[in-house]
Amino acid sequence: MKRVSIDPITRIEGHLKIELDIESGRVESARSSGTLFRGLEEMLRGRDPRDAQRITQRVCGVCPAAHAIASAQALDDAFGIKSSIPPNGRLERNLMLGGNFIHSHVLHFYHLSALDYLNPHDLEELELEDVSLRDLQSYLKTSDGAPFTHEYTGDYRLGTDISSDLARDYLEALEVRKKAHQMVSIFGGKMPHNMGTVAGGATSRPDIDSITKFMARLEEIEEFVESRYLPGVVEVAKIYDDYFEIGKGVPNFLDYGGFYLESSLDSHNDTRKSFLGGVVSEGDEEVRVVDFNQITEEIEHSWYGVRARGHPTETRSTPSVNKEGGYSWVKAPRYENKPHEVGPAARMRINYLSDNGLVKPEMTKAMNTAGIGIEQLNSVMGRHLCRAVECRSLVKMMKGWVEELKPNEPSCAGYEMPDEGDGMGLACAPRGTLGHWIQIKEGKIANYQLVVPTTWNASPRDRRGVPGPIEQSLIGSDIQDPDNPLEAARIVRSFDPCMACAVH
Amino acid sequence: MEKKTVVHPVIWIQGAACTGCAISLMNSPYPKLKNLLLDELVPGESIGLRFMATLMGGTGELALEVLERTKAEKNFVLVVDGAVPTGEEGRFCTVGEETFADQVVRLAQSALAVVNIGTCSSYGGIPSGSPNLTNCISVTEQLHQRGLDTPTINVPGCPPEPSWFVDTLARIIMSGIPDPEEVDDVGRLKEVYGKLIHDNCPRRGDFTTGNFARYLGEEGCLVNLGCKGPYTNSPCPDRGWHEGLNWPIKNNHPCIGCTEPGFPDLMSPFYEKFSMEEVNDMYRRLK
Repeated sequence: MKRVSIDPITRIEGHLKIELDIESGRVESARSSGTLFRGLEEMLRGRDPRDAQRITQRVCGVCPAAHAIASAQALDDAFGIKSSIPPNGRLERNLMLGGNFIHSHVLHFYHLSALDYLNPHDLEELELEDVSLRDLQSYLKTSDGAPFTHEYTGDYRLGTDISSDLARDYLEALEVRKKAHQMVSIFGGKMPHNMGTVAGGATSRPDIDSITKFMARLEEIEEFVESRYLPGVVEVAKIYDDYFEIGKGVPNFLDYGGFYLESSLDSHNDTRKSFLGGVVSEGDEEVRVVDFNQITEEIEHSWYGVRARGHPTETRSTPSVNKEGGYSWVKAPRYENKPHEVGPAARMRINYLSDNGLVKPEMTKAMNTAGIGIEQLNSVMGRHLCRAVECRSLVKMMKGWVEELKPNEPSCAGYEMPDEGDGMGLACAPRGTLGHWIQIKEGKIANYQLVVPTTWNASPRDRRGVPGPIEQSLIGSDIQDPDNPLEAARIVRSFDPCMACAVH
Repeated sequence: MEKKTVVHPVIWIQGAACTGCAISLMNSPYPKLKNLLLDELVPGESIGLRFMATLMGGTGELALEVLERTKAEKNFVLVVDGAVPTGEEGRFCTVGEETFADQVVRLAQSALAVVNIGTCSSYGGIPSGSPNLTNCISVTEQLHQRGLDTPTINVPGCPPEPSWFVDTLARIIMSGIPDPEEVDDVGRLKEVYGKLIHDNCPRRGDFTTGNFARYLGEEGCLVNLGCKGPYTNSPCPDRGWHEGLNWPIKNNHPCIGCTEPGFPDLMSPFYEKFSMEEVNDMYRRLK
């Protein structure tokens, strides 16, 4: 038995350590540890409820727009103004979050994951015509700088043509994700940490100038997503098709849905959403309705005191550094006491099975092109493919939302802040499904809890000893060379972990 | 004969942070990230970004090897993103086998200078907000507590707009550590942070004529909605964000004072106008 510790896992957000016990080239046991705690939930207590929209974005610099929206919707709920958000406010929120998704998904495939499949040093001796790549090539010959420092050795099999295509797209994608952030900024003032999403809607009224500036960027992004990103993922996936069988995680999937189609949703399970929510297990055709009372967080192996255990409306997040059995700052969220995978692979499966007309045709086409069925989505390449399909679907939806904007009409509803109130805010986040729970007493935040996508995926074992989704996807995997656990790095990164989010 | 480019090695480490500073730098319009990585930043000089966990190829020990190799060269600039958790002997943040509180000191010992990107590393920022369970402090304070005098410079903002950082880094590369008179009393380059938002705000006219926004979404001066522009220094009004595409006040949202020491506690409630008493108290606590 060999114990391998991978710390830091680079090319993700934040601080993650993975420990593997490897026996005869196979992972026997895996532990996922979040190694940074900041305590933002405890910090929110006693503050002005409206400040939550600004502070919770600072949970994460990669997906702040998702926290902004979950937080604003929790406040809408607590303030009793859910049904009075003007259409412009709803649409601008959707568009800001959409821009954040595109940035995040493009960043993940090219800048965080591509180097697991592309070895840039393979390009050093090539005769290249592309001038931008020649810059890169001369850099590779003279420097050992990030991002092109030496990687794990292992099977890099893309070949020189696809490698140089991917390297070129790596550089171009830097500009694409930047444009996506600019789109958020058009209605959000700045990114990361936008200053546009607020309780009641959004602060800026759309006008002809903002609409045209947004649209032009969306068109450019669409071209890249259709001609390079989605086909690029399919190309890599076909070459690494064994990774449609590798990295199989838990058999349960969850998403609350998001991107509202109407401002006045009756309940959190209202189906007037662009991405539908639901819960489904592997092999099932039927998607079940989410029962929000079934969400709990467990802390038996997390460094928290007992008050951190339970439903998010009842818990606190008080740290307990010396706790016996603890090995992570991530809690262990469970739905009906079971670990669930969240993220684009869960969301696309749920929407495919729910016959969502905005998703199913795209998913069917992508699965046919890649030559896989739904059972292969629970895998490393399945996650990459679903993320790209989700990005493409979103770009199309966003064009519709831009068209719906009403220039110069209000985007924010007025309100009186109540002294008491409870709110639940749910949103699609790039890495999965996101929930914020707020309780207001005497005009201040009495309690605030977040259950974040990577909290689900990177969770440690629960009280029954059941490992979390990333841990389960590692257990049973083959590792050719324990000194170069490339396969493990590929599996972990396929979840796009965001550790600042997971712990907060 | 063509002159050889001087490459300045850079190590970027992360403590109690959200990665927003790294993501913001990736938004840099010019120089683009690609320029920063591959080209000269100023004539004859470029940076060699050796270690940055968010982007680097190597994982685990392979990544840490690059860190140690660069440290041994002793001619690098250390960029720090995130505050330093010092409670419980630093165990709230660990990297590899060591706490971040130890790592930042160990690396700063060998660094030419430390650039604190973001309000967290500059002043403590969000994770140091009350009740500060992890006892987060700024990098400069941590180095002082451990008896180090490596020069530090702050590039606050939550996150900073990329040019604030690029300009500060370029300034160090071109002519070394700035002289004391070039830096303000909270460690920022005056050339970048020298102006008060309120004095340069395009809505200053609304303030003068008494055209105040009454609710979020309304045009006009935002002071009655809690705008912290009167107490905040940053080039936001001059430079804007994303090549001048937008910035918070232009977007009808009050400034929340994210470039100042004491953010978030002294600047909140964000949407309440401070009384003169509160303002005086704030200035007293900042000094």
